[in-house]
Amino acid sequence: MDTTFRLFPQQASQGAVAVDHLVLFELGVSVFFIVLIFGLIAYFAIRYRRRSPTEKPPYIPGSNALEITWTLIPLLITVVMFGWGAKVFVDAHTAPDNAMEIFVIGKQWMWKIQHPEGRREINTLHVPLGQPIKLVMTSQDVIHDFSIPDFRVKQDVLPGMYTTEWFVPTRVGEYHLFCDQYCGAKHGEMGGTVVVCEPADYERWLAGDLTAEPPALAGKKLFTLYGCNTCHGQYGPTLAGLYGHSVDIIDDHGVRRTVVADEAYLRESIIYPDAKLVYGYPNRMPSFKSTLSEEQILDLIEYIKSLGGAAETSPYVGPPIGAATQPTDAEPKITNPPFANYRTNQ
Amino acid sequence: MASVAYIPQYDTRETYLNTNYSAASWLLTRDHKRIAILYMFSITLFFAIGGSAAVIMRLQLLTPHSSLVEAETYNKLFTLHGIVMVFFFLVPSIPTTLGNFLVPLMIGARDLAFPRINLLSWYLFITGGSLALVSLIQGGVDTGWTFYTPYSSTFSNTHVVLAICGIFIAGFSSILTGLNFIVTIHKMRCPGMTWFRLPLFIWSTYATSIIFVLATPVLAITLALVALERILGVGIFDPNLGGDPILFQHMFWFYSHPAVYIMILPGMGVVSELITAFSRKHVFGYEYIAMASLSIAVLGFLVWAHHMFIAGISIYGGMVFSILSFLVAIPSAIKVFNWMATLYKGSISLETPMLYALGFIGLFTVGGLTGLFLATLGIDMHVHDTYFVIAHFHYIMVGGAVMAYMGGLHFWWPKMTGKLYPEWWGRISAIILFLGFNLTFFPQFLLGYLGMPRRYYAYAPEFQVYNVMSTAGASILAVGYLLPLGYLLWSLKWGPDAGPNPFKAAGLEWQTASPPPPDNFEQTPIAGEPYNYHEMDFANE
Repeated sequence: MDTTFRLFPQQASQGAVAVDHLVLFELGVSVFFIVLIFGLIAYFAIRYRRRSPTEKPPYIPGSNALEITWTLIPLLITVVMFGWGAKVFVDAHTAPDNAMEIFVIGKQWMWKIQHPEGRREINTLHVPLGQPIKLVMTSQDVIHDFSIPDFRVKQDVLPGMYTTEWFVPTRVGEYHLFCDQYCGAKHGEMGGTVVVCEPADYERWLAGDLTAEPPALAGKKLFTLYGCNTCHGQYGPTLAGLYGHSVDIIDDHGVRRTVVADEAYLRESIIYPDAKLVYGYPNRMPSFKSTLSEEQILDLIEYIKSLGGAAETSPYVGPPIGAATQPTDAEPKITNPPFANYRTNQ
Repeated sequence: MASVAYIPQYDTRETYLNTNYSAASWLLTRDHKRIAILYMFSITLFFAIGGSAAVIMRLQLLTPHSSLVEAETYNKLFTLHGIVMVFFFLVPSIPTTLGNFLVPLMIGARDLAFPRINLLSWYLFITGGSLALVSLIQGGVDTGWTFYTPYSSTFSNTHVVLAICGIFIAGFSSILTGLNFIVTIHKMRCPGMTWFRLPLFIWSTYATSIIFVLATPVLAITLALVALERILGVGIFDPNLGGDPILFQHMFWFYSHPAVYIMILPGMGVVSELITAFSRKHVFGYEYIAMASLSIAVLGFLVWAHHMFIAGISIYGGMVFSILSFLVAIPSAIKVFNWMATLYKGSISLETPMLYALGFIGLFTVGGLTGLFLATLGIDMHVHDTYFVIAHFHYIMVGGAVMAYMGGLHFWWPKMTGKLYPEWWGRISAIILFLGFNLTFFPQFLLGYLGMPRRYYAYAPEFQVYNVMSTAGASILAVGYLLPLGYLLWSLKWGPDAGPNPFKAAGLEWQTASPPPPDNFEQTPIAGEPYNYHEMDFANE
């Protein structure tokens, strides 16, 4: 990692340049006003210094024209800052459809990372150059924050919900990864390295761990281990084709409505099965809140996604009796709109 | 000042200071001026405690992996620094000392509307402060002054509840002080003192009081809920108990952002007084400055979620709070421009209080402009929770609020004590403070943009140069604070008598003796136009 002294952070992602341009604009405005104010103070202090103890300056109570001028000019400048800033922010929160999803789990005081092909790592994030990456993040305990200064991205990582962050790495190298939200004793050491490598090197690195198990496969094993398959698809609602489709549910206020089966819905249904009950089914499922770790929940979600989903066009409704669909190990298809999936920052 | 004639009868005159020397007469006093002095001692003590914590932190950060203090200790130090400086120094600083002393004097009243409640405020403040200090002696708190959940409610093993109790109790002190000021300003103005003749310090104190009364209860509720979750396990903020951690942040910042204006508005009021007095000019745009104070107080309630752009709120929510945050910058800008116009064609004297006032304008400008970076969504997502934020709010809080407090303290010190401080030492200290402050905090903007996160006890080696600069600046800053402590105390015994109006300033407080008699004025004064420097005769004073 390059640890030499510098004035400006490196620009290592597609978004870094946009943020830096915006900063340079606001820096220019700031320098102008700072020079103006400091200059006026210095000029007035000298030009109008008290020359005799009995000096009496003129009476100037005010000027409406001036007041309106120096209300409107700052207002216009700040409107530009707002608009430009909002544009950069929205771009930084709109991941392209072809983004590769990587799961991030924060816990005191480490980052656990799961790649779609199954490779897992701690406090290091390997990413291929030029590939849009979308991090899907949650925390196992307190609030953390996943910050990569050289990419100009940062997002709080909360327990009980998923947040996302995306970027395209544009420079091979190693970059700092920090936890930016205070999270307890070792907060100051909760960080690591983002390694940006050529796609071929990334593939080599992925293949390095032959024992790695794709999350969907790990999820399938959990699905059997915890006996989920004994109900789902038989007495309980089938999960095939569920992901990304609307579901007819009764919520915990007894209101019948439809929701989209996204990651947040699946997670909630695993840990609080009665929060949104599929219409027509009794509440038989136990809560897996204290049974499953956040990683295992993510594995299960990947498995459910692999059962097919948004590619099919018909909305999901409860299955006809006895029409259980066989799970397949098909490639998960992610065609849902970039921000419809999470409760947050969308 | 040396030209002011020494008036012998001052020695025998009854003042609020010499009317009774017993300890009970101080501890049971209902005189707003004595209560102001009690507050001044208390917040100076808290400032020293909070400042000491900062010194240890800066020493720890001199090297990337220092072993001066443990990680846990460092976390407790910045928590202590934040809690003490915010709740027990900055929030009460100007309102309870200068405000308590000056509100009745400036509007020509004999005391505040509720003198006993005023004393009760001080006792609540001391009780709350003592509890917070007990939590420190017991081993400290490690949540940060922001008490973010679920860390504070479920995970931290430190004395969170005790510290919360301290802040909860001190909050009532704020509420009662605000209430007292509002009623006093409404009901106890002397003849001739119409609303648009009020000194701008009173306008800003009035705006501050509104925030005290409306925002502080929300903080009390929020912290009580944290305690409830912590002690009884009631699920409010912790998702494992069915709560929502973001809810805490909304509630906390609903107080804590307006609290920023509690800290800076009184400072702006002080600066309006100083700028006019030391340029001998009527303030430019009186109504605009007064209304700017009120609009800051109102808009300040609508910007809280700009602390949460990347906390997990929706991007559209972020946009609403971004534009509102830009709006609150406008009245601040109006004030700065009006102060500059007041200087224009003035008779400017660079005495100590004026140096502080001009320092305030410069540093507040830097702090305000860097605030625009943080209100910009696309920049905040990079610099949030880094040293950029630390630098920004220290420019507002230390460069702004503390500079104004120091300026006001020097300006009204002769009125409070009847003594003059040594002017040369005053100017030197003001310059040392300005330079030390900039060396401490300017490098932190660069550190933050490079990405150094806040609340780190160790850091990457490339950040060291800036950290060394910052620590060096902090040592200069410490000298700048110790010097006034020395010469102001010195002046109590050896300073020359000040006379009623050493700076030849307008304002009712300068028309009574220094120090004022127990009832403030020999006769009820009659107020004329404020800042009437153009009508004053400087030759015959």
